[in-house]
Amino acid sequence: MTNRSRRKRLAVVASGLVGLAFVVAGCGPANGQNSLLPKGTQAKEINNLIVPIFGVAIVVAILVGVATVYCAVRFRARPGINDRPRQVHGNPPLEIAWTLIPAVILAVIAVPTVSLIFKLNEAPKPNALEVTAVGKQWWWQFDYKDQGVKTVVVADEFHVPVGRQVHMTLTGCDPSLGTTPPTGDCNVIHSFWVPELNGKRDVIPGHLNTTTFTADKPGTYLGQCAEYCGLSHANMRFRVIAQSESDFQAWLAGQHEGPAITIEQAGEGGKLFAQKYACTNCHAAEDSSVSSYGPNLTHLASRSTFASGYYKLTRANLVDWIYNAPSMIPMESKDCRLPVGQGICVGMPSFSQNTPAGQPTMTRAEAETIADYLLQLK
Amino acid sequence: MTTVENAVAVSEPSAGLLRRPRANRGFLSWLTTVDHKKIGILYGCTALIFLVLGGVEALLIRLQLFQPNGTVLTAGQYNQMFTMHGTTMVFLVGMPIAVGFGNYFIPLMIGARDVAFPRINMFGYWVVLFGGLFLYSSFFLGGAPNGGWFGYTPLTSAPLASGFLPGRGPDFWAIGLILLGIGSTTSAINFIVTVINMRCPGMSLMRMPVFVWMMLVVAFLTVFALPVVTVALIMVWFDRNTGTLFFAPAAGGDPLLYQHLFWIFGHPEVYILILPGMGIVSETLPVFSRKPLFGYSIVVFSGIAIGFLGWGVWAHHMFATGLGPVAISAFGLATMLIAIPTGVKIFNWLGTVYKGSVKLTSSMMFSLGFIVLFTLGGVSGVTHSIVPADTQQTDTYYVVAHFHYVLFGGLLFALFAGFYYWYPKIFGRMLNETLGKINFWTLFIGMNLTFFPMHFLGLWGQPRRTYRYDAGLGWDTLNKLITVGSFIIAISVLVFVVNAIVSKTRGAIAGNDPWDGRTLEWSIPSPPPEYNFAEIPEVNSRDDFWYRKYTEDEEGRLVPLPSGGAEAEAQAAHDGHGIHLPAPSYYPLVMALGLPILGYAAVFHSVWVAIIGAIVLLFGMYAWAIEPAD
Amino acid sequence: MAIIEASDTEVSTAGGPPAAGNDHGGHDHGGHGGGALLTNTKLAMWLFLASDCLFFGAFISAYLLYRGRSQKGGPTPRELFNIPFTSATSFILLMSSLAMVLALAAVQRGDLRRFRLWLVATAIFGATFVGGQIYEFTHFYREGLRLGSNLFGSTFFVLTGFHGAHVCVGIIWLLSLWGMSMQGRLGQADSEKVEIAGLYWHFVDIVWIVIFTVIYLMPQPGK
Repeated sequence: MTNRSRRKRLAVVASGLVGLAFVVAGCGPANGQNSLLPKGTQAKEINNLIVPIFGVAIVVAILVGVATVYCAVRFRARPGINDRPRQVHGNPPLEIAWTLIPAVILAVIAVPTVSLIFKLNEAPKPNALEVTAVGKQWWWQFDYKDQGVKTVVVADEFHVPVGRQVHMTLTGCDPSLGTTPPTGDCNVIHSFWVPELNGKRDVIPGHLNTTTFTADKPGTYLGQCAEYCGLSHANMRFRVIAQSESDFQAWLAGQHEGPAITIEQAGEGGKLFAQKYACTNCHAAEDSSVSSYGPNLTHLASRSTFASGYYKLTRANLVDWIYNAPSMIPMESKDCRLPVGQGICVGMPSFSQNTPAGQPTMTRAEAETIADYLLQLK
Repeated sequence: MTTVENAVAVSEPSAGLLRRPRANRGFLSWLTTVDHKKIGILYGCTALIFLVLGGVEALLIRLQLFQPNGTVLTAGQYNQMFTMHGTTMVFLVGMPIAVGFGNYFIPLMIGARDVAFPRINMFGYWVVLFGGLFLYSSFFLGGAPNGGWFGYTPLTSAPLASGFLPGRGPDFWAIGLILLGIGSTTSAINFIVTVINMRCPGMSLMRMPVFVWMMLVVAFLTVFALPVVTVALIMVWFDRNTGTLFFAPAAGGDPLLYQHLFWIFGHPEVYILILPGMGIVSETLPVFSRKPLFGYSIVVFSGIAIGFLGWGVWAHHMFATGLGPVAISAFGLATMLIAIPTGVKIFNWLGTVYKGSVKLTSSMMFSLGFIVLFTLGGVSGVTHSIVPADTQQTDTYYVVAHFHYVLFGGLLFALFAGFYYWYPKIFGRMLNETLGKINFWTLFIGMNLTFFPMHFLGLWGQPRRTYRYDAGLGWDTLNKLITVGSFIIAISVLVFVVNAIVSKTRGAIAGNDPWDGRTLEWSIPSPPPEYNFAEIPEVNSRDDFWYRKYTEDEEGRLVPLPSGGAEAEAQAAHDGHGIHLPAPSYYPLVMALGLPILGYAAVFHSVWVAIIGAIVLLFGMYAWAIEPAD
Repeated sequence: MAIIEASDTEVSTAGGPPAAGNDHGGHDHGGHGGGALLTNTKLAMWLFLASDCLFFGAFISAYLLYRGRSQKGGPTPRELFNIPFTSATSFILLMSSLAMVLALAAVQRGDLRRFRLWLVATAIFGATFVGGQIYEFTHFYREGLRLGSNLFGSTFFVLTGFHGAHVCVGIIWLLSLWGMSMQGRLGQADSEKVEIAGLYWHFVDIVWIVIFTVIYLMPQPGK
């Protein structure tokens, strides 16, 4: 066969291989936060819209690439042969055509795009589950309400029923963030993102943004803050745990209940927690409806993760955390053991280092005692 | 440099505080020059140094991300790195380098001897240099900016006591960018006046080179966009330092106001960044294809259209902020619309190369690379305009891939095309072509290896601006590849720097017109004499210089003219006698010095330092105003 | 677009800020093309004013956005404003623009005495306006309005403060021109310098008209 047709064959095969590589590599790992492996209604709708458009985009890019290489090679200067090229200044019909064709392609793409925008912004279904997410530095609090009253407050992970729409209200201002000037009860911008369930929606202090998602299957879906929010933005994780409706109701009922043991019943661990190290200044541990500065610990042991949702809840991790939290998640918390309003306090301080004058320094054994108490809070 | 320059007459000073400096050679001449060519070189060298600094910041970022839980940088250090990397590349590399090329070549391309306001030109440079030094001094004075190059509020605007962001970084950032904005705006005003008022006889607007057109559009965008971000930054500084409530949600302030103001600047800003690059390849592609630009008018009008439409798409940076379906639909559609004039230019560039006589010099390779890579960035931009999909893509490595394709594969490749094209004119020597090809291929491979995988990482869930990621998410391999790619880029830049330094003394002598160029700068010696043109040219057409060398036969094919070289020899023979040029001056430097002093006063709340800064500024301004003409 | 027929055969030497200049000894300055619509310095001033339009526009937009949205209590415009007083100072600023026009006319016809007279009058009227602003600021401050009291405090002080700063820069500029004229260094031939100062001054006046309307005259949202 001629050189030209051989080259054409080669080009087609190469393009096909590139395309195949995209398809194979494209979908990517099943890592729990892969937007190309959607598990929720909204994420699937987004995927259905964008994947064909990715295809168009790749084709356009390849075409331009091939055309560029073709022009560079085919019209290479060959002295004596083509050093007097025709001086073409333009071709209006061609230029009009290659302006209109992309315009038409874009117009075609625009229709389903706008349609999906409105669909995704529809009012929530009447039976949607209402959950409020509070963005803090650097962890997520999730509030369940019953007729407007907070009933269950959890951190780092929350449960939803499969197949029922969840309507998230996203807030960056919450009394639990404190009231000290200058920022009062408001934090910075965060972004709520569970890739396998829906696109992201920012948490903007002063605004009440909302988003919805519906998990199609039971499972754990990973989320991550997706708007730079300071020192430990990278560590601000969370999970959505989708369960059958009955399992979900059982979980919620369990969260409603009081603590497995009260502070008084906890003995030494309770004393260290409430008195010696004043953890109750920031953490509620006896009432699961309280929104405290730090995560509500009333049912801590029912969770699989903690500490910004970054660490698995194991005894070893918990002990390390209680003992020296800033070494695990960077925080500006050196002054947190000073009276409120003094110094800069964001997050949880270390109890074993930088102890302010007049305050006790925690020993490892004490940390273990407190951990053992907390791990009973199922 | 030839001896011709010393023949420039400088008359005795008659009044003013100090005698005007006279040197046009030596170190002092670089501090006091008002020659647009020297100023262009200053901008270029400064931008290249900042390119290396910004590149080092990127390499540190990539070293940290080589492994899932890297320990190369702490969280605080990483946040400073990505903030400074973005700030440096946008404000200290992208904008100054375009101003550098513009400074050097706009007067040459329009047949002028200098820009409209030579001393203001120099002032603008010093402000940019001092602004950059001011920003970088923050590393040693309490921490570099760490709020991201875009500095969203209330993260950056809340006072230090809130603890949202540690250190003084956001103050340095806000004040530093205000300073840089002053520099950019003065340059932009200078360029507009130069292009509108100082074109040589016969050079109508539609006969100007496309590069000059693009710089004109860029200058207008700068003049209108920079004040808006200046206001946003002033509000941030006030909130942080004086207790105002512009972005304080607890008092009714709205953090989104900041985003609107920032992106009303920020979107035109990206066109400010890319249009000079488009202008450059609109010059190199015709020269290295030996054909005119295909569809000059369309390319010019597309540039103007992009300049206008660019004001209507800003909220596409805010699709995840909850603006409501009507607003985001409007901005999504506007974003799709702006893809059209952008894409059209790609076809015009290809049409230029098609059926030309293509000389694959290093400059041409970079220009062709620009076409391919910018297109890739452009199509990923179109995918961003699909708003629901953007809510998955934004704030992830996908958007990082997008803007690096358009700014690195686009702008930086075009800038390298410009370096290789114009270096002979500036320094009189050719850059080494072998090193140039190595530079190109390492940059092409490195760039794609670094940024292509990022599309996947973003879609697979990796957010941006994160100092660490978890193992076991399937991101490890690609992150390693990306880090390797970034070091290949570093090697490429090193090759370029070596080439640029070595060729200055060892490169082949360039002569006036090494590329058989089309535009006026190739009609004068390399490097040009201080006065540029012995006699101001008079042009009769677009690409007038080309048509002094060539005409076309009935088929439109090139026919060389015998008289082509005579003009150039006549220029070179002229000894510049009798041409008067503006004398150098100390005062742009002095006046510019007042600004960073005021900046430090604002950061550290020092009234005394402010008074000193104001005195320096006012002294510089008055001395400038009363100094004799020359 | 107009085709510019000719341009400088020498580079423009009209460098420097438009504030003032000295005698450039016969050179082309202000750089004019044979058919240029605006001289270099005039075009540059218009461009600067265009950018300053956006500067004030952004602050005014923020003010408009935040009207009536203060959540912190603190003094409100209705409690503080003295519209008759501010109207008077605004009128004085307007009259300063008239004085500026008369100053320019005087220097253009070579009447340097009248020129200096009207120039000083402009500066005095401007200074009176600034004095009125200072009085107003101190009055509001004593009534408890601070930068951080509420959104009104933040937006009002910053917007009118920057405007006042622009007026002060203008006054210094005008007095500098006056000083140069006293030294015999500003004559009829330099009237363009005065024209450019006038452009700046009128711009600052017009911005005040907008600010006055938006802040003081527009009816306050009901509270």
